[in-house]
Amino acid sequence: MPVSLLQDNSLLAVNVGASSTRAVLFDVVEGQYRFIASGQARSTADAPFKDVSLGVNQAIAHLQTVTGKTLLDQDNQLITPVQSDGSGVDAFVATLSAGPILRAVVVGLLADVSLESARRLAETAYLQVVETFGLNDQRKSDEQIDAILRARPDIIVLAGGTDGGASRSVQKILETVGLACYLMPEEKRPPVLFAGNQSLTNSVRESLKNLTPSVRFSPNIRPSLDTEDLAPASHELAQIFADVRKRQIPGVDDLAAWTGGHLLPTAYAEGRIIRFLSQMSGTNRGILGVDLGTTAAVVAAGFNGKLTLGVYPQYGLGSNLPGLLHHTSLDDILRWLHLDIAPSVVRDYLYQISLCPGTIPVTKEDHAIGHAISRQALYLAMQEAKRNFPPEANKLRRDLLPLFEPILAGGGALSDAPTPGQSLLLLLDALQPVGITSIILDQNNLLPLLGVAAEQNQLLPVQVLESGAFMSLGTVVSVISSATHGTPVLRARLTYADGSDARAEVKFGGLEILPLGIGQTGRLTLQSMHRSDIGNGPGRNATLQVVGGVLGVVIDARGRPLILPEDPVRRRELFKKWLWSVGG
Amino acid sequence: MFAPVTHILPLTTIERERTLPVAGDVIAKLNQKVNPTDVIAEATWAREHVLIDVARTLSISSNAADRLLRVKEGDKVSEGSEIAISKGIISRTIRAPRGGHVVAAGGGQVLMETGETTIELKAGLPGIVVKIIPYRGAVIRTVGALIQGTWGNGRIETGALTNLTEKPDDILDASRLDVSLRGTIILAGLLRDAEALRAAAELPVRGLILSGIPPALLPAAQQMRFPILALDSLGQTPMNSVAYKLLTSNAKREVTINAEAFNRHTGARPEVIIPLPVTQEPPPPIDVDMLEVGQIVRLRRAPHAGTIGTLANFSPGLVTFPSGLRALAAEIKLENGEQILVPLVNLEIVG
Repeated sequence: MPVSLLQDNSLLAVNVGASSTRAVLFDVVEGQYRFIASGQARSTADAPFKDVSLGVNQAIAHLQTVTGKTLLDQDNQLITPVQSDGSGVDAFVATLSAGPILRAVVVGLLADVSLESARRLAETAYLQVVETFGLNDQRKSDEQIDAILRARPDIIVLAGGTDGGASRSVQKILETVGLACYLMPEEKRPPVLFAGNQSLTNSVRESLKNLTPSVRFSPNIRPSLDTEDLAPASHELAQIFADVRKRQIPGVDDLAAWTGGHLLPTAYAEGRIIRFLSQMSGTNRGILGVDLGTTAAVVAAGFNGKLTLGVYPQYGLGSNLPGLLHHTSLDDILRWLHLDIAPSVVRDYLYQISLCPGTIPVTKEDHAIGHAISRQALYLAMQEAKRNFPPEANKLRRDLLPLFEPILAGGGALSDAPTPGQSLLLLLDALQPVGITSIILDQNNLLPLLGVAAEQNQLLPVQVLESGAFMSLGTVVSVISSATHGTPVLRARLTYADGSDARAEVKFGGLEILPLGIGQTGRLTLQSMHRSDIGNGPGRNATLQVVGGVLGVVIDARGRPLILPEDPVRRRELFKKWLWSVGG
Repeated sequence: MFAPVTHILPLTTIERERTLPVAGDVIAKLNQKVNPTDVIAEATWAREHVLIDVARTLSISSNAADRLLRVKEGDKVSEGSEIAISKGIISRTIRAPRGGHVVAAGGGQVLMETGETTIELKAGLPGIVVKIIPYRGAVIRTVGALIQGTWGNGRIETGALTNLTEKPDDILDASRLDVSLRGTIILAGLLRDAEALRAAAELPVRGLILSGIPPALLPAAQQMRFPILALDSLGQTPMNSVAYKLLTSNAKREVTINAEAFNRHTGARPEVIIPLPVTQEPPPPIDVDMLEVGQIVRLRRAPHAGTIGTLANFSPGLVTFPSGLRALAAEIKLENGEQILVPLVNLEIVG
């Protein structure tokens, strides 16, 4: 099996999701890496199949049909490297999000220091934190032991102590964790990640080596009180996730063997590509990647080469859907509907779809409910992710998102929308970006696959990203203003390459589009009115070169934060109008 | 294209693995005939633990504390028993705060399990034990009708089936639950209010088979001490015609409801089993199948969720639906003769 991805080689990448498995082929065309085609099949991680191999083989078989290229031999084994007859591929990578969310116990010392960092670390993986305790926990040791046993963890994340700092307190917590593991049946003992005081590494290894299937170590996530570094621990967590899945789901082991070690959790791989792009960007604005799928909502934000990754299974659109009502109200979902649909129908939808994730809406009503839920789920994920953004991120106001350029969006709910306009409007409503930003749709869900490939071949993701495999939805100008509804807040003029122009005077509350096709460029002149802010300060004008997209230049003057009318009839009318503005 | 299969079969061979959550003793014997409520395995499980820190209490080293221990791993101790006694002119005794048994002793500490309880694993279906899983449970085989559902409240029961419906979309009304239904399993239609649940609990009935249950009633249904199984939806869907015909034709027979919670990862599903006498074992159900023309299918999403139809043919290319989405699709002939287009991913095979 090949493990090195050399330049000019073809690469097959597979993503095993909760609902579908996708196989994507990249190859060199005219000296540049290109996305060639993708194949798709139903995922087979769950019952009755309980083996990812079937879905992987079917997705690759579909890809073979699409491309006419033979990739599997008669025994369904990957042909590698490329043979003289053109069959096979040179390299193979994979990402995985299928399978039940892992239950995590998170242990630290101080609640707002190591415990908080450990919780943030857990948020970078497909984990549900089911129990936490730290130094200030009021429960006795035996109560903590029982709490761990009741939590039935798939993984324990252990942090605490600055490097060379507290050791006795960590030892005490370690003892509790060890005793709990001792009491578990051997086959149910969870792996442990230790990401605390590095001087305790040997002691932790000695204490736990016979009590867990594996103890992994990473550099301290809080090496000092005022420093946090999650990246190395997040990498270890990704490895643990892959190891657990190998034990849980047949076929994952074989898939990992095909990749020669390049199997990563999908969300982690997405984070990796966002960090990679952020390292290359060289601006003071962040790069944002969002993915809304069956398993989880993922928010990855890169700021000056540093990544903030949030994986939120509670906002996934699959079997967790009824749980969404623990985090939001039915009214908050209903506010996004442009059709008059009874609350009970929306409630039934949440429960019913949880039984059959992966199905698609047939009727307009069903689709409207699905998109309303998607908006609220992504909105909530963004609000949670925002808490973890670095304080130095470039913001116009504390309560708003930092400035991002670009925003990349993927996942079934976004990439499968009937029109690009619907995807864009969903993103604008849920994310509520500020300033001027381009929004790019990952309609082939390539980002995580580029992320897993990037470690081996840095050229491939760069060239694929520039190749048109992604759909530019357009350049969005978000206007912040305190003007009253209907007051003109921005005058815009878009001058095309041939000298002609399009103009718009945008009123507060409005959504306007100046057409600029894919591949076209234009000069956009923005004149602020009534001290509105387009990202460079209140009342300031801007002139910039813009690149076209499916929708062109979109001026969103609906306000930040977006406040919707209380009256449902008026609200639905507005939504219909906005939907019409973006092409229905 | 592969599609999920929901089993609604008039006669099949059913094998179910039943296991304890923790290691225990398997009571059932190979080839033993069992009833659904027979206990086939049991285990003791401690709900709580007590950690006695002898070293800290006596302010001595761990090694010194270990030398004072009066108990060892595996010992059964009663409340007040001596755990350790310190030496010296004024000795101190550390006693067990509760009864239990010692699971670990060392490092200056004693860890005890307390509040032991026994977990009993019931057979869950009538049949023959065909395999023993050491320390965990058994595989039980039976022959009969099998009807799988979508939601269950986790309980198991057996009883005579009483049909309280006249058509698949009948609503279960509390006023129809009279004393003659006490101790039976009721085939009802839609559940609309908690009043019907309360009336069923007061009788009590041995189980409810519903077509759908509104999400708002799920917490109340979870609390019921008898099994409740929703066949088609968490909503207001009429009972699918195949299941309805099969269940109504088996009224008055002894049926078992295993209202196990649906789990897409493990494949666990709530189900009704109706044991039937046969001279030869029929084939077991197929869990995975490809969609084919002529198959009986069930539609999984609006506007025809729960409806049964026959796959008439596959549509060439992608089909655009009123939602605006494009997908591979098939033409489905419904039982009323209407022919509609349905995305392939929205179909499940009935068989």
